[in-house]
Amino acid sequence: MIEYISGFLGNLPFGWLHHTFMQHALLAVLLVTPLFGLLSTMVVSNRMAFFSDSLGHGAFTGIALGALLGAVSPLMSLIAFSVLFAFFITYIKHRSTASTDTIIGVFSSTAIAVGLMLMSYGGSFNKFSAFLIGDILSITVEDLQALLAVFVLVIVIWAWLFNQLLVLSLNQSFARSRGLKVFLTESLFAATLAVVVAISIQWVGLLIINALLVLPAAAACNVAANVKQYHCLSVLIAFCSGVIGLILAYYCNMAAGATIVVVSSLFFFITLAWRRND
Amino acid sequence: MKNILHHQAASCGDCAKLCCTKIEHFGVKAGSLVIFSDVNLHVHCGQLTALIGPNGAGKSTLLKAILGEVKHTGQLQYVDAKGKHTGHPIIGYVPQYLSFDVSAPTSVQDLFMACLTRKPVWFWPSKSLRPRIEKSLSRVRAEHLIDRRLGALSGGELQRVLLALALDPLPDLLLLDEPVSGVDQNGLELFYEIVAELRAQEDMAIILISHDLNMVARHADQVVLLDKGVICSGTPQEVFRDQRTKEIFGLLAGEEAERVAPVAAAAPEEAGRRRHPDDAMRGR
Repeated sequence: MIEYISGFLGNLPFGWLHHTFMQHALLAVLLVTPLFGLLSTMVVSNRMAFFSDSLGHGAFTGIALGALLGAVSPLMSLIAFSVLFAFFITYIKHRSTASTDTIIGVFSSTAIAVGLMLMSYGGSFNKFSAFLIGDILSITVEDLQALLAVFVLVIVIWAWLFNQLLVLSLNQSFARSRGLKVFLTESLFAATLAVVVAISIQWVGLLIINALLVLPAAAACNVAANVKQYHCLSVLIAFCSGVIGLILAYYCNMAAGATIVVVSSLFFFITLAWRRND
Repeated sequence: MKNILHHQAASCGDCAKLCCTKIEHFGVKAGSLVIFSDVNLHVHCGQLTALIGPNGAGKSTLLKAILGEVKHTGQLQYVDAKGKHTGHPIIGYVPQYLSFDVSAPTSVQDLFMACLTRKPVWFWPSKSLRPRIEKSLSRVRAEHLIDRRLGALSGGELQRVLLALALDPLPDLLLLDEPVSGVDQNGLELFYEIVAELRAQEDMAIILISHDLNMVARHADQVVLLDKGVICSGTPQEVFRDQRTKEIFGLLAGEEAERVAPVAAAAPEEAGRRRHPDDAMRGR
């Protein structure tokens, strides 16, 4: 199916879509940016930017571990490790009385240090440097299939989880009084974030992946007045930044991930000027 | 008739044949620190029980223990009007504060939808639920706030919205944790007025943590002074006259007792249990 769609894209009268790698890149952008748009609404409203940042760092260790073990496919080990890492942080956060920032800070720096340590093992760091800034040309048909599966999964989870997350974001005791399972809800959200981060890190890059989890919603938040507008705008902004950024990156020969982030930050400043005043 | 039956029960008496929530031997520890121990309370439907006490007395923790959020010793028993043990009551809870981002674009309607339905707020049209939400909000005189953002509400407005939420579905036991700050005097009076109406109209037990002894004297059926355990409890007069209350609250409680006492003398049949909001208003 993916070959069929990219064949269709190739027949469109756009010069930049004549290359197979650009067709794949566009499909990846179309699939992933709406997810960033959705998830970022909760990251921003819940002030979880630091947490989502640490997930990228966890994914970094996952990449290193996957390369070192070499037994399963790198993407699988990456996803598995990221999800475990997310569960672990959520669990410690619930058990410990230390501040959330401190706990996330500890895990985040440990994860990135372990990742760097493993990657530099045997002096082979260079082959991993692509993960720092991301490589859009690296997307394969298998990656796209995985992306499609994740896309469907995240939409379903988001439809099921969002109301609970919204109540939970206001007050834990209140959420419990309405029969919510706090730990389960939080860890599911963390796991979903982890999967999306893990699957996008190879082409967005570790350094800027968190920007995609913050900027779309931060921009939408400036102008939206309710949850529906917030979601629509956030998804729209992520989507437009993705497509515009990809085209710009192609014609100017720049890193696509970084260009997408810059475009979405422009959206942020535009909406900041338009800000609702209530 | 129902009201009379409920209100004639002595505030601390037994629960026979009355809808009642019994809190038995509640105790909470945080590590080795005892927050409170051996708290026994009977809360009847149609009555307002006020929890008072100094900061750190364990008032909010007691509510969280009742909610089942905090690990505690002892047990909660709920008996309905027919004297049957029906297990756990439906509890409505109004928290002391919300920890949300004030710039977040969550409207009052969004919050209601998220609480009332499993259909995703970001996707599902809100039309079918809107009348129900408006009805809920009108109960706390806040129907005009339905499309406002939570972050744009004043402290008193937010508290009323949360109260409306706690009342849908209608609970057997309503727990109110009064905000310490952010609510002005008008907002506070409106809130107490609504609570007094609820107490008169609905068949539910209300436990209220309050920092305003004035309002407590005016509206509560039963007052419980809490400080690491129940220090004393009874009608507002009884508690405010108690020497231990005066020690904890200083002069303030003393004045309160003086102010309540003449009313009690003038109208003995209404003493301390003025059950109609209008009476409460007149009593000022």
